[in-house]
Amino acid sequence: MFKNALATMLIWLTAMMVSGVFVWLLSDILIPGLTHLSWAFLAEAPTNAGRSGGIGPIIISTLLILLVAMLTATPLSLATAVLLSEFTQHDSVVGRLVRGSLDVLAGVPSIVFGLFGNAFFCIYLGLGFSILSGGLTLACMVLPILIRTAEQGLQSAPNDYRLAAAALGMSRSATLVHLLLPSAAPALIAGLMLGIGRAVAETAALAFTSGYVDRMPDSLFDSGRALSVHIYDLSMNVAGGDTNAYSSALVLILLLLIINSVAMSLAKQWLHGSVVAYE
Amino acid sequence: MSLSRADRQLAVLLRGCALLAAALVLLILLFLLKESWPVLQHIALIRFVTDASWHPVEGLYKLTPMLSATCYSTLGAVLLATPLGIASALFSRYYAPSLLAGCYRRLIELLAGIPSVVCGFWGLTTLAPLIGHLHPPGVSLLTGILVLTLMILPTVALTADSALAAVPAAYLRGAAALGLSRWGLIIGITLPAARSGITAGVMLAAGRAIGETMAMLMVAGNVVQQPHSLFDSVRTLTANIALEMAYATGDHRAALFVSGLALMFTVLLLVGTAELISRKRRYV
Repeated sequence: MFKNALATMLIWLTAMMVSGVFVWLLSDILIPGLTHLSWAFLAEAPTNAGRSGGIGPIIISTLLILLVAMLTATPLSLATAVLLSEFTQHDSVVGRLVRGSLDVLAGVPSIVFGLFGNAFFCIYLGLGFSILSGGLTLACMVLPILIRTAEQGLQSAPNDYRLAAAALGMSRSATLVHLLLPSAAPALIAGLMLGIGRAVAETAALAFTSGYVDRMPDSLFDSGRALSVHIYDLSMNVAGGDTNAYSSALVLILLLLIINSVAMSLAKQWLHGSVVAYE
Repeated sequence: MSLSRADRQLAVLLRGCALLAAALVLLILLFLLKESWPVLQHIALIRFVTDASWHPVEGLYKLTPMLSATCYSTLGAVLLATPLGIASALFSRYYAPSLLAGCYRRLIELLAGIPSVVCGFWGLTTLAPLIGHLHPPGVSLLTGILVLTLMILPTVALTADSALAAVPAAYLRGAAALGLSRWGLIIGITLPAARSGITAGVMLAAGRAIGETMAMLMVAGNVVQQPHSLFDSVRTLTANIALEMAYATGDHRAALFVSGLALMFTVLLLVGTAELISRKRRYV
């Protein structure tokens, strides 16, 4: 009886403590960040090593890196997921091989992706420190998440669709485009969202692939500083950079939230225009 | 059913993409090996332990201070995050009213999504000065452990939560029929039943802690030394790579790739074990 009461107390205490620390962390970032946040801060270029000025070019670089990563990773992961779910048996050799190597890829630490990206994209392929190298490194990193979620989404499409489409004489590709992909859309979008979330939060893999240059990038071959790298640089290497670091951290968190909600509304729209929504 | 010509072409295309995705791991391994080869070739592995110090420019490659910093911080974070994470999962599964449980689960998911650089920044600006009051310099093994705990707690909590959710309802009904108390039910039935899922989650969390770079780089102080107390500044393997990659050349650079290779293998071992454990999970 006593043990039961003690356990109840301890578990409630843990929950309150975890929530408390979460609120503490969030308010510590949000409150100082909000006082300094303005449109000018979002649009201006950083001056004096980032101590003053804004983060305009850094936001653009971050978005470009994300764009490169997602444009590369999405088609590749969609194709892999379709192959795994629709064109192979679950326990076939190809399926097991691909799944196994993706499980391994998912466990690789981000700093190792950074090393690989530096050695492969920057030096071996000669892309140098550039937005392209950073984006491609992140694409490798988010591949397992995208494939896993897309595969789960496709697999959860009702088997009746496949049977009915086959009975109507639809080709596999038509079935895929008109039935399976729309019905898996929420899962695909959710996966994309997870991938973007992971990519936008990433720092270690970007520091030696996309670099530290905080100017406005002219092309994808320019080095561009990501927002997370900017926060790191301001807080560690620039004395007196904390004010702008707080605001940048706030922008990073807001960016994550915005991406999240845009993806959700996209998922809804897509579903609305598909066959599945009329059943 | 035979495939049409277009479908066959599609299948070939898909297969090509999938093989490309699968080959990525090999490519990463290959390039890590290629870059670390110069050092592996003419320096015996034992020298990473027996050299006098870590002065790569002078050809001294002792990695043990970084290795022990990584081990201690991971161990500390796992020891703290495991009970807290399991308690969190138990809270949202068995203790909280359903509305509160949903909110709490959402909170843990949000915590999981906080970028590591933001956690590190918070540790640096808030936690480190607090610990500095207790015992300078503040940026220390202890700060690292606390920030890491915060970062891996969601992994433990979310995996434990889904492991608890997978415990068959018949077990719970049986326990209720026997008149077990809530704690009796948890300690006697659900935790043992969910044990393998929880263990797998802890392994994954340990893997994440070992591979974590930014937070440790920002809050642990980055002094290359064998830690003697929790308040000593340390530098982990990951932080070492992040700090020195910017200017390392030649054998120094190769030595950093060797530590990257070592990190990759350790994490893969943990992830692989977690996979094996969770695959064995069976309910009678």
